[in-house]
Amino acid sequence: MENCKISFPRFGNYHIALEFLFTKGLGVEYVTPPPSTKRTLELGSKYSPDYVCSPFKYNLGNFIEAIENGANTLVQTGGVCRLGYYGELHEQILKDLGYHVKFINMSKADYQKPLTFYNEFKKINPNLSLKRISSALLAFLKMVASIDEIEDFVRQNVGFEVHNGEMEKLQDAYLEELKTCENKKDVDKITKKYKKKLKDVKVKKPKKLIRVGIIGEYYTIMEPFSNHFIEKELAKKGIVIYRWMNVTNSVLKYDGKKQKKVIKNYVKYYMGATSMATVYKAVEWAKEGFDGIIHVKSFGCTPEIDAMPVLQKISNDYKIPILYFSFDSQTSETGIQTRLEAFYDMIMMRKEQK
Amino acid sequence: MKKAYLGIDIGSISTKGVIIDEKNKILASEYLWTEGNPIAAVKQLLKKLEVQFKKKTYQIVSVGTTGSARKLVGAMVGASVVKNEITAHAIGTTSLYPDVRTILEIGGQDSKIILVEDGIVVDYAMNTLCAAGTGSFLSSQAKRLGVEVEDFGKIALTSKNPTNIAARCTVFAESDLVHKAQIGHQKEDIIAGLCKAVVTNYLNNVGKGKKILPPIVFQGGVSKNIGVTKAFEEATGQDVLVDQNSHLMGALGVAILAKKSKEENVFSFDITDMEFKTIGIECQKCANHCEIICVYRDKKMIDSWGNRCENGAIPIKNS
Repeated sequence: MENCKISFPRFGNYHIALEFLFTKGLGVEYVTPPPSTKRTLELGSKYSPDYVCSPFKYNLGNFIEAIENGANTLVQTGGVCRLGYYGELHEQILKDLGYHVKFINMSKADYQKPLTFYNEFKKINPNLSLKRISSALLAFLKMVASIDEIEDFVRQNVGFEVHNGEMEKLQDAYLEELKTCENKKDVDKITKKYKKKLKDVKVKKPKKLIRVGIIGEYYTIMEPFSNHFIEKELAKKGIVIYRWMNVTNSVLKYDGKKQKKVIKNYVKYYMGATSMATVYKAVEWAKEGFDGIIHVKSFGCTPEIDAMPVLQKISNDYKIPILYFSFDSQTSETGIQTRLEAFYDMIMMRKEQK
Repeated sequence: MKKAYLGIDIGSISTKGVIIDEKNKILASEYLWTEGNPIAAVKQLLKKLEVQFKKKTYQIVSVGTTGSARKLVGAMVGASVVKNEITAHAIGTTSLYPDVRTILEIGGQDSKIILVEDGIVVDYAMNTLCAAGTGSFLSSQAKRLGVEVEDFGKIALTSKNPTNIAARCTVFAESDLVHKAQIGHQKEDIIAGLCKAVVTNYLNNVGKGKKILPPIVFQGGVSKNIGVTKAFEEATGQDVLVDQNSHLMGALGVAILAKKSKEENVFSFDITDMEFKTIGIECQKCANHCEIICVYRDKKMIDSWGNRCENGAIPIKNS
């Protein structure tokens, strides 16, 4: 058999950690899909059912572009919404298109039980050593947590740089250097170094800070291309951006009990996918007196649609403005700009009045 | 010379302009169709505005643009302020109705609701992905029924028994309308039903989850349709105010913002004689293929936009 060249759809900056896990832990080659572009989305849309949520289209585009770059084994994850069916459908579509690739569907693995992943990984490399994968897994988890930690810092400070672009440059260099890691120790060392560098970047923050929290569906909130770089747009306006949703908080440190307690006045039953987290953070940030909340989702995302009436209630109860965005494969840039600008004007005027 | 301020609102269907003095008094105003050509429409608009006000007494010192072509026209006229239409509408309306709590706005292609508290916008929503219940829907149905859209309101008021028309979607509403006409409903009842359908659609989509409190001001092109205004009054159980300049609120708002900006550049009507051209280029520097728009004044590039990253930036040569 030819060498296994594995790939997983791209989202956020996690491809760096995934590359580490697959190369160091499983001993296989990893093909990082090229960053998502208009072409990725066009490819994905062309071969997807029109009404499917846009992450499905992005993922399919990533797969095709990864195959073009030499990948021969594709991995898809499971999930608690339509995401749970992505794997089968992607596999079938790629097969119909005539691509001869191996497809590993992780929908049987359980994120709360890491051992179930071991069984899935065995399918990729039957000679998998438990010791090797365990040590790589530890470093991988640390890498994910560190990427998230650095991102959080940048999100809350990048809008106030004295010299534009410094943080982005550092963040890029950080991610590049992470690729050289051999183990968890390296991850810690590099992260520590860049944390200090980022803290040394000159920032000038005004006295009255504008705080905006972003909530919403898993993929759209984490993949900047799919949300039209909304965080960057907001930061440019001098806003401190908060985002709870990332792999660290939703998987590694997930605390369902705490969430349920916070949202008990709004949510009685389990709502599915990310909607509980959406409501949870909206309540917390509303209580903390944030200036606004932005809700993002892909068009037709059912769990997040369910969360919207609850958000409207929170908005009324706490008098906090919430802006809703639904992204599709065709979303007008002007429309987004218009709404974002108006949202910014609104929270600025409210702030001045206070 | 007294100072004056120009506000231009370039919508998808119509282009509006006002000139105001320091006290926000309207000195000149004009309204015409955009007809898919914002540059030509604005030139036409400026020619009409030019003759309406005393050029010997007033000098336009600042210009603001709003509406979906605000950026293009802003580059063209050298605007001090380029503002989104939500803010512009809110500023325009609150300048005339400081107590307003709810602004209902229906334009040619979009509709919005703006909630105001103590003169400040506290919440808003705008329709997405769907033009149901907007002005262009009404005008296409008017054509189908063989009446002028301007007469729609008057005809609707004569109906005693409005026909029920499915409001959820433009396409469904249209087939429902054809069906009702074929089974013998009166034309005035159908027209009244359409006005109701617009309101139902608006309240269920844009107005969903929003508390509509009085005083309510209704504006945008569709507010000229008294049938829709009446349907809003019935649906909300409140009086609905429509200003005589209800179609000009965005232009007025952005003129006021231009005044407030204190950024003054003497505006000359000469630009109506200049040639403006836009060229769209597909950037080839990465797979994003951003569409970059370059604006030329008399063959010289004055502005460009559309690139998502610095690689696509086209520098303007200052010669």
